[in-house]
Amino acid sequence: MTRVFISRDMASVALGADDVARAFADAGCEVVRTGSRGLFSIEPLVEIETAEGRIGYGPATPADVAAILDGSHPNRLGDIAALPFFAKQQRFTFARCGIVDPLSLADYAAHGGWIGLDIARAAEPQAVVDAVKASGLRGRGGAGFPTGIKWQTVLDAPNSPKYIVCNADEGDSGTFADRMLMEGDPYCLIEGMAIAAHAVGASHGYIYIRSEYPFAIDTMRDAIALSAGRIAPFTLEVRAGAGAYVCGEETALLDSIEGKRGQVRAKPPLPALAGLFGKPTVINNVLSLAAVPFILSEGADAYANVGFGRSRGTMPVQLAGNVKHGGLFEVGFGITLGELVNDIGGGTASGRPVRAAQVGGPLGAYFPPSMFDLPFDYEAFTQAGGLIGHAGITIFDDRVDMAHMARFAMEFCAAESCGKCTPCRIGSTRGVEIVDRIIAARETEPARTATQEGTLGKALYSRAPDRIDVSLGAQTTLLRDLCDTMKYGSLCALGGFTPYPVLSALDHFPEDFGAPAPALEAAE
Amino acid sequence: MGFTRETDHGTPPALVTGRNVTLTIDGEQVTLPEGTSIMRAASLSGGSIPKLCATDNVESFGSCRLCLVEVEGRAGYPASCTTPVAEGMVVRTQTERLKQLRRGVMELYISDHPLDCLTCAANGDCELQDQAGAVGLRDVRYGYDGATNMGQPKDQSNPYFDFDPSKCIVCSRCVRACDEVQGTFALTIEGMGFNSKIAASQNDSFLASDCVSCGACVQACPTASLIEKKVVETGTPDRAVVTTCAYCGVGCTFRAEMRGQELVRMVPWKDGKANRGHSCVKGRFAWGYAQHQERILSPMIRASVSEPWREVSWDEAIAHTASEFRRIQDKYGRLAVGGITSSRCTNEETFLVQKLIRQGFGNNNVDTCARVCHSPTGYGLKTTFGTSAGTQDFDSVEQADVILVIGANPTDAHPVFGSRMKQRLRPKNGKAGAKLIVIDPRRIDLVKSPHIAAEHHLPLRPGTNVALLTAMAHVVATEKLYDEAFIRTRCDWDEFQDWADFVSEASRSPEAIEPLTGVRAADLRAAARLYATGGNAAIYYGLGVTEHSQGSSTVMAIANLAMATGNIGREGVGVNPLRGQNNVQGACDMGSFPHEFSGYRHVSDAAVRETFEAAWGVTLDSEPGLRIPNMLDAATDGSFKGLFIQGEDILQSDPNTHHVAAGLAAMECVVVQDLFLNETANYAHVFLPGSTFLEKDGTFTNAERRIQMVRKVMAPLNGYGDWEVVQLVANAMGLGWNYTHPSQIMDEIAALTPTFAGVHYDRLEAEGSLQWPANDAAPDGTPTMHIDGFVRGKGKFVVTDYVPTDEKTGPRFPLLLTTGRILSHYNVGAQTRRTANTAWHPEDRLEIHPLDAENRGIKEGDWVSLKSRAGETTLRALITERVAPGVVYTTFHHPDTQANVITTDYSDWATNCPEYKVTAVQVGLSNGPSDWQEDYAEQARQSRRIMTVEAAE
Repeated sequence: MTRVFISRDMASVALGADDVARAFADAGCEVVRTGSRGLFSIEPLVEIETAEGRIGYGPATPADVAAILDGSHPNRLGDIAALPFFAKQQRFTFARCGIVDPLSLADYAAHGGWIGLDIARAAEPQAVVDAVKASGLRGRGGAGFPTGIKWQTVLDAPNSPKYIVCNADEGDSGTFADRMLMEGDPYCLIEGMAIAAHAVGASHGYIYIRSEYPFAIDTMRDAIALSAGRIAPFTLEVRAGAGAYVCGEETALLDSIEGKRGQVRAKPPLPALAGLFGKPTVINNVLSLAAVPFILSEGADAYANVGFGRSRGTMPVQLAGNVKHGGLFEVGFGITLGELVNDIGGGTASGRPVRAAQVGGPLGAYFPPSMFDLPFDYEAFTQAGGLIGHAGITIFDDRVDMAHMARFAMEFCAAESCGKCTPCRIGSTRGVEIVDRIIAARETEPARTATQEGTLGKALYSRAPDRIDVSLGAQTTLLRDLCDTMKYGSLCALGGFTPYPVLSALDHFPEDFGAPAPALEAAE
Repeated sequence: MGFTRETDHGTPPALVTGRNVTLTIDGEQVTLPEGTSIMRAASLSGGSIPKLCATDNVESFGSCRLCLVEVEGRAGYPASCTTPVAEGMVVRTQTERLKQLRRGVMELYISDHPLDCLTCAANGDCELQDQAGAVGLRDVRYGYDGATNMGQPKDQSNPYFDFDPSKCIVCSRCVRACDEVQGTFALTIEGMGFNSKIAASQNDSFLASDCVSCGACVQACPTASLIEKKVVETGTPDRAVVTTCAYCGVGCTFRAEMRGQELVRMVPWKDGKANRGHSCVKGRFAWGYAQHQERILSPMIRASVSEPWREVSWDEAIAHTASEFRRIQDKYGRLAVGGITSSRCTNEETFLVQKLIRQGFGNNNVDTCARVCHSPTGYGLKTTFGTSAGTQDFDSVEQADVILVIGANPTDAHPVFGSRMKQRLRPKNGKAGAKLIVIDPRRIDLVKSPHIAAEHHLPLRPGTNVALLTAMAHVVATEKLYDEAFIRTRCDWDEFQDWADFVSEASRSPEAIEPLTGVRAADLRAAARLYATGGNAAIYYGLGVTEHSQGSSTVMAIANLAMATGNIGREGVGVNPLRGQNNVQGACDMGSFPHEFSGYRHVSDAAVRETFEAAWGVTLDSEPGLRIPNMLDAATDGSFKGLFIQGEDILQSDPNTHHVAAGLAAMECVVVQDLFLNETANYAHVFLPGSTFLEKDGTFTNAERRIQMVRKVMAPLNGYGDWEVVQLVANAMGLGWNYTHPSQIMDEIAALTPTFAGVHYDRLEAEGSLQWPANDAAPDGTPTMHIDGFVRGKGKFVVTDYVPTDEKTGPRFPLLLTTGRILSHYNVGAQTRRTANTAWHPEDRLEIHPLDAENRGIKEGDWVSLKSRAGETTLRALITERVAPGVVYTTFHHPDTQANVITTDYSDWATNCPEYKVTAVQVGLSNGPSDWQEDYAEQARQSRRIMTVEAAE
């Protein structure tokens, strides 16, 4: 019987993978549902097992079954791993994704699974922490904090019990790496958490998954049940979120697991010392934890040898938005933004020129093509007024209105603000109002309404509606001042990072805010 | 002194670790305990960092972002409230950059806040206003045409405070105060982001919500969003005087915030060691009775109780009183008169009343309301430990690992301590909460409330306390859970063994008594093991222990358990009676009992008597006088004819109302000194107007033996403090007293009472309070008693055999009635019924289990008759599973109900404390008030008539 591999990933299913799989089953094939390889322009992808290895066809429809089975289909792609999109990758974390049956323990073991856990459990906790430190792994959720140092703090914390919490509240627009991994290789995350538990002395862990990921929730629950014996005495459970973006902030996430309103906590105390239920807690992103099995099985050096500057190892970059080849691209740090957008992504799907790329989700900065030589590196992006975040890249063509994008950033913050700290709670709403005034004033400078010059106007002072200066200049200054208050005054990254997209739009695309376009760089 | 708020250091003190760190704040080097926040450190060293969401009675929150500072070597601008100090840290709190950021934050605040400061109720007392000034905000560039939270309707449902969401800055201080301080969890934030709003319960009105109106949220609010209605009406106060609450035995201290002679509000005093800045609905808000129109301000006399009252001058009233007592003594003998001191009055006043009786009347016929509440505590603890008082201070509860509450309902009757207890029951800062055992027939709130759940609730049948406690002792003794080392050094081992043999008998096992108490043996065993082995175990008890025919036995059974398990003599353990009235401890201390002088010294002790005789220049009676029930018996027998009653309403509060009424009716001169024409005054011949705690100086002693100042904040409306009135009577009887200030009375108490030897007003002024014993042996007072040894020497184990009460259920009276209090009312309700607290509890209700109700066809709110062997009354039913089947419960706050018509003459074998807590009753549907209630109401109306004086012109 012919073995056929078809993805059960949510993105593939959205593109029709279930119908294709049913058609192959009806045709008498043995259909193995895998995760996604990660290139959506070839989904639904069908891989046929042959003597020469797997031969891929995609995109495929149920009508294509016969042509695919007899090898005549025009969308024949051959060996998927040999496609340039995949050949250029360094798949440390996503090595198995798209290849194995996600819930097959045999597949997982056959593809190098559990080696890292066995090595870790044979070693002292301190040795495991040292290996993670030596790998240079930094928090993949966006903050880039060295994972090994966080683990060391938890290992050294005297209080008990300790917890491992996985942040799988992947809320950034344009990101999907966490979801892909949980749906395509759940044991990898479980193994990473079990290693973390051994390293710091925890016995129970939580995976907090956003409610918008029903497939990932089901897959992780099934995988936890199936692997319970393998990771014992460590135990795991899945907690589903309730739709709040801010619950991806680690302390709000902890409050949410505790059954409270998801509000950001002030730090200190660090979650590493007083986290979940006030106990020492490792809280890491899916990608950080899923990178750990490789580090243990292949050695810290194997991981650390790849990378750029202080950013070591690989990053699963997610290309989305108006892009030709959207998907997941895992690669060592140091690749430039331009390579990712143009060479890997192939430019826009619309075929129009790229005008901007937003890196790091809705709170990331917008970069114009003039800055596409930036190397993918935490420090380089910070220096350029941006951030890597969760490595989601959203691409826009030349029809984008950057004032609207700045407004969207404020609107997003206003919609998702938990309401705890003042700069975010009030500032984001005021930010939307300011950008609206700017958009209104872009075309024609507003005429000042006739002021109540009389005593009443004076007496009302700033209360008088006509007192405020709605000119472009004044509103732009106010927007920058507001961004300053939010960036440096907010309690968490939601309010604190909202200025990135706003200020980068203002800085790099001033013409969209009614100001003169920046002079072209002096030609080199 | 002008009005200023208490200094707010922004965050609570750090947990004590003993380690200090040194850092630099704005160039000044300071050394402080580790764990202190930068904000508190700056405040303690004289600086002030702008803040809005931080206040030092709740944990830091970090939301307002005004308190940002710069720390050398740290990125960004950490919030000073959430950042602890560290060794060598260099902090700058005032830089141009910080000013810019703070102004930016304040500009956002004010963009969503009304600018009606001049007409705002919090004008001049608003932190937002202060901080806007402090950061130098001069303009709001956002305008006022955008989104806004202003213009929302006010919630004015609570009778004491308003909630105006338009003025809210969403700092969550109210929510956190409700959670952390009060522990009710009634408030929350609804919505997200800009739409975040404070909501009570599930968006209910404050009155309809779970809010208990403790005032913590109002106190915490930095703006006019939550504000006292009285401030809205009156304006901000201009001075503040610290004084002590006159409600329950917790002894909360308050700042009485005044505008001239008008009391604007009572704000709990943060330095008060009993309440630590917290309050309840009574002390915080229910003081309006002091100006109530029904308050009697002129003395009145009448020849017989069937006549209307006649207003007279003070001179005439005093002279009449003195001559009546002398006349009665001349006619019926020295012993025919007596008096009752008040647990509501000050120590000094109580001391003077008993002095009037012992010195002036020449007998020991003095008693006090403790007779009907905690007299068994006095007897039981004196017998076992050697002193008649609780062993701990309230702070001790913070060190407890196991808390056993028996026969007490702290969240209603001692709410501020109840909140304190709940703080310890919840986990905090990674420390597990204490475990709780509740022994009570009812499922009181402590058994299960937000974030609190009792480990064990033993819902025993009323009247079986001794059997249950003995069974706990059985478990301790037979499972060898006792602390042998403690017993051998601190108690008498032979006595212990006798006791252990007694409790170990199989007939006293949990299994054997299960049919009697109705408590499952397994639960009882588990509770006993937890108490004995769970670490520091503290017992708190109330009138559910004492008001029984075996009240004294129960107290001793409790003391036995504490001694056997070594849970006495250090912090976190002990035996703690929760005293009912504000000064019931003090009234007992002051020699209000017929057999004891001040400091619990028997009148037959010649040496003690001699010191008083020397001081007072008379010969004193060596025979104990009459207790209240004996006085009433003697009155009906015709041998007792005159009674001076200060501040007590025995007709309503004492059991078997018919008998009390008959006793009073048989007397020739009943003098009542009170604020109002209370129920007892219906049978009085002389009425002397009393003064409120706001109108006089003195001291109260709370349940932790803490002596605290009561300060005169306004002139007495009736013209005299109560102590002055007693002195007038005494002098009219020729006793020649000349006290010009209550401090001189305390000096006399100190001179005559060894445990009070170190108590003087100058020390109380300087130190805030003292816990007796305070003398040369304990110069700083005694927070914890029996540390190195029991006051009596060796702790005494007393065998407590269970003897069932004679009050038994049967076919005619199949249910057991037990009585108690509710949060919003206080005792006979004389004060609280004359305040807006009636909004929560307008009448006494009969709590009855759905099963018992259904059997009788009773529906929620139906009028039911409540009958016992002693009498009958009617009230409306409240159907609830809070009571077990077979048990009914009511409160005794309302004279219309007169729950004590039902209660019987049975009383404690040792002290005559009445058995309020067990009455066999029947309940049935009724059409309305009983004949007796109607007759009583008519009699009261007749008796309260006051003859209008003809206009002189």
